Amino acid sequence: MTAPLILPGTTYLDANATEPLRPCARDAAVGGMLLSGNPSSVHAEGREARRFLEDARSRVAAGFGRISGTCVFTSGATEADAMAVHAFGQERRIFVGSTEHDAILKAAPEAEILPVNRDGILDVEHLRARLQETGPALVCVMSANNETGVLSPLEDVLAVCRDSGAHLHVDAVQSAGRVPFTLGGCSVAVSGHKMGGPKGAGALLLAEDEPLDALMAGGGQERGRRGGTQALPAILGMAAAFDAARAQDWAPVQRLRNRVEAAAKSVGARVASEAVARLPNTSCLILHGVAAQIQLMALDLAGFCVSAGSACSSGKVSSSHVLRAMGETDGASQAIRVSLPWNVQEAQVEAFCEAYEAMARRLRK
Amino acid sequence: MRILVAMSGGVDSSVVAALLKRQGHEVIGATLQLYDHGQAAKPGACCAGRDIMDARAVADRLGFPHYVIDAESRFRDSVVESFADAYARGETPVPCVACNQGVKFTDLLGMARDLGCEAMATGHYVRRVEGPEGAEMHRPVDAERDQTWFLFATTKDQLDYLRFPLGEMPDKAHVRALAQELGLEIAAKPDSQDICFVPSGSYVELVEKLRPEVRGEGEIVDEDGRVLGRHEGVARYTVGQSKRLGDIHTATGERQMVTRIDVPKRRIVVGPRVQVSEADSRRTVRLRDMNWLIDAPAEGVRCGVQIRAREKLREAVVKPLENGGALVELTEAAMPAPGQACVLYDGSRVLGGGFITAGDA
Repeated sequence: MTAPLILPGTTYLDANATEPLRPCARDAAVGGMLLSGNPSSVHAEGREARRFLEDARSRVAAGFGRISGTCVFTSGATEADAMAVHAFGQERRIFVGSTEHDAILKAAPEAEILPVNRDGILDVEHLRARLQETGPALVCVMSANNETGVLSPLEDVLAVCRDSGAHLHVDAVQSAGRVPFTLGGCSVAVSGHKMGGPKGAGALLLAEDEPLDALMAGGGQERGRRGGTQALPAILGMAAAFDAARAQDWAPVQRLRNRVEAAAKSVGARVASEAVARLPNTSCLILHGVAAQIQLMALDLAGFCVSAGSACSSGKVSSSHVLRAMGETDGASQAIRVSLPWNVQEAQVEAFCEAYEAMARRLRK
Repeated sequence: MRILVAMSGGVDSSVVAALLKRQGHEVIGATLQLYDHGQAAKPGACCAGRDIMDARAVADRLGFPHYVIDAESRFRDSVVESFADAYARGETPVPCVACNQGVKFTDLLGMARDLGCEAMATGHYVRRVEGPEGAEMHRPVDAERDQTWFLFATTKDQLDYLRFPLGEMPDKAHVRALAQELGLEIAAKPDSQDICFVPSGSYVELVEKLRPEVRGEGEIVDEDGRVLGRHEGVARYTVGQSKRLGDIHTATGERQMVTRIDVPKRRIVVGPRVQVSEADSRRTVRLRDMNWLIDAPAEGVRCGVQIRAREKLREAVVKPLENGGALVELTEAAMPAPGQACVLYDGSRVLGGGFITAGDA
């Protein structure tokens, strides 16, 4: 079965679920597939594979202003988050933001939940107070929320963590490549396919080049920090995608995002966290009185791929834990997320605006 | 036409979706998630986690969109809680009627309309016949699978919009063969059964958990209040039953049956079977929440009525009441159980139905 790149007749506006593959990432991944060697092998083919792998490592690390020894490749961000919680959460009290992704929430089920305000921004003073009351701690805060696009005040969070000696872990899946990331002194999880790379690779960036208590020791790959042969094609694709994403001018995407929000508001929708700093591509649109499920279905049947941030693996759409944490009640089950991909076209956005307005007029009772 | 198919993940509704797709319709599949499948749900019952995946696999294979609808809280409120409430009133409810009436034919059907569908199809075994005055509901060709009794509360408006392609199927073997022919992997899947939301198979446990006031043993008494024996919980009894009465039959020398359930006093009232089931007072039954699928006949209508899920028709005259109920005059006395449905038939056609109340005349 060969799959078309994009289904004919559909408009893909769900980049926060996964970005369309960037051509440079595809080329890099195909190149990776043609490398026969295992990066751990001592012979010539192994060395060649390792040369590519290490080049990718230094580029991904450089994207976060770090040296290559800080970068541990994983299967994706879920694994990177789980590794961080495993390695840095031992013997520590764990704090996680209430709007974190399940990759964090499920990795630290016993964690204390940190509240956010109505705009979805973490209450840093609350965190400071809690850290002063407790001993050694691990704090997990995402850099940008996957549903609302809200950017966390990471510098403030880091300062508070430093004051009390807590370790900060940042899930940077949605911001990587879309917003500069220069913060040091924390660990960071990223995912290749959210930047336009292939699915199947991610990385955990450490605060410094340090040993790590591995989740899977395996054959001692990644210098004993993550066992298992590296997914070279996906890793090379990720590195290429990350470079391209960081080099991209996101202002045109943001303008189109604003166009979507203006259209939604014209038919009575509300934009979650509209007034605060957000990702350039993400809108969370709350349409009162219309269940997110029916909005998604109606838009899908019209050929538009968007999502509700809270869809589970069965596809069931429930109320959003992110919006509930922000104090939304009914709105939490009436919101859809529109996340524009890196290659979005103006005509696609215009068509979406028209479809959204038509849907809202028809379904709003 | 664009048509929404309510898919449970079982053979029947999968065949419906596949048939409609083959006929060239624009099929949209929807599966209701009625409860959290993380909690133990019975594997043979409808809408557990596996069923959702099965429905999705059918849709993916045949190439039409499929959606999972979260109906958990609505199902809990409108079906499970009212199921427990009914037992707490001493009634014997029919949860499938409540589910069809609310979650399926109101909520899901409303969704189908919102999505611009021209109809909604289900895998129920009933026949929808286009009559001179609009859609009529009839018993299916396969009498073994007849589900009309469970669907009596379908309104005319809903019936007009609904399609039941399996009503014309000669038997289940035919449906399974069709599933095989259509390449559906679930062709041999077991039928769902009993009450889907009772994981343990014991509805009594669930009712006693949700309504602790019905829990606990009590007395079995006769109409005069004489104690004849003891029981282990009122939710285990239905008006008309003779089982679970211990040695009362031999002790009294007559076969006894439950005539009333007194929840506040936690008492099961019994009477001699021959005597009570032939009493004149048992010839009149009051129904509430009547749904008429014909114009309500002011003068009353002579028809057959069915007062339990699997039972023969009884002859009766049914008159509408002003409160939305109806009065049923049975030719022969019977022991209808409060909370159960009384469905009216003229031949194969469903004329309407209502819920049996405790008040008799």
